[in-house]
Amino acid sequence: MAILRTLLASLVLLLAGGAAFGVVTDQFQAFTTETARRLAVRRHPVQIPPVELQLQSGSRISLADLRGKWLLVDFIYTRCPTYCVALGSEFAQLQDLLSKPLAQGKVQLLSISFDPIHDTPAQLKAYMQRSRDRGLGWIAARPVEPQGLGNLERAFGITVIADPSSGGYTHNAAIHLVDPGGRLVEIFDEDAPNLAGRTVLQRLGQ
Amino acid sequence: MIIRSPHHPIRIAALTYLVLLAPPLRHILESSMTGQMLLQIPLLIGVGLLLRQALPARALSIVASCNYQGIAGLLLASVISAFWMLPLALDASVTEPFIAAAKYLSVPLLIGLPLALSWPRMGFIVRGVFLLELTASFFRLGWLYLIWPGRLCNNYLLDDQQRLGQYMLWIGGALLLGIAIKLIWGRFGSV
Repeated sequence: MAILRTLLASLVLLLAGGAAFGVVTDQFQAFTTETARRLAVRRHPVQIPPVELQLQSGSRISLADLRGKWLLVDFIYTRCPTYCVALGSEFAQLQDLLSKPLAQGKVQLLSISFDPIHDTPAQLKAYMQRSRDRGLGWIAARPVEPQGLGNLERAFGITVIADPSSGGYTHNAAIHLVDPGGRLVEIFDEDAPNLAGRTVLQRLGQ
Repeated sequence: MIIRSPHHPIRIAALTYLVLLAPPLRHILESSMTGQMLLQIPLLIGVGLLLRQALPARALSIVASCNYQGIAGLLLASVISAFWMLPLALDASVTEPFIAAAKYLSVPLLIGLPLALSWPRMGFIVRGVFLLELTASFFRLGWLYLIWPGRLCNNYLLDDQQRLGQYMLWIGGALLLGIAIKLIWGRFGSV
């Protein structure tokens, strides 16, 4: 009897365990937080909060002002020696690829700093210049309120941690696509700007 | 008053648990992947191992009636351990209070305690399979963490992940050595 009961208990455990794993890993597709957040936004787009931003020009806007355009968003800090340098030049390349819809005002490239204390408008402007900004359709911004930054990080799923070896930060770098309704709908690898650009063109029917 | 006889296993378990719950220590352990996987989780398992003493005889006999050779308990502990090896679970347990609570409850009660209840019932072969699988897991995961080019957890740095991989390979090696010594010089039927 003990053998039978053990067998039964083991079967129940295996089935329950397998089912739980399936749920948690999104049908065995997502084992890391990063994959999970990408799958999740594709299925359930996330409304982005109307956070107040200060641009590289010094002027202030609300994220809600950008509704009506497709946004490609990345998160950076201008002292960053690695990802953000790459992301900067990728955004400059995207300015070439998307020159037509950018000129039409249908698309906007937006870099948001998660280091607002250091990243003043002047620093943001210098960052864009270093990245060879083509001067069309790209803005860099810092959140005005610390709370706004927190809300943005939560909505986008950005985790920023201090990196003692470089004195800077490490963060999950990616390119985020926000639709004209202000909803985060897709996330691309930080080294796949062309895919992000082509997806935008496709969505615009161009 | 509480620690009148510190050798009492339940008191050691309770004290360890409380210390692990203390925010400063929790923060230190969870600030590195190595701290969480090689100190915090093993210590929580240890708390569960000690809890066996707290179970009344009646509960013990009920559990034993569906734990032939300790297999069901071993399976439960393995499934829950596998869950806490998922990078997204490690991440969430640092940032989500609900998942943190799940970790603090499930690791002692569903890994440590079932292991303590099952180990004495496990025969030579079941113990052998368990120990070799444990060793293999250290090698597999250690190797994965060491060679994986990107970060697996959003909350941890890459060099931390690689250091953890290295430590896990060393632990796997030590386990293998221990098993080999036991097989060559040990007495069978006693582990």
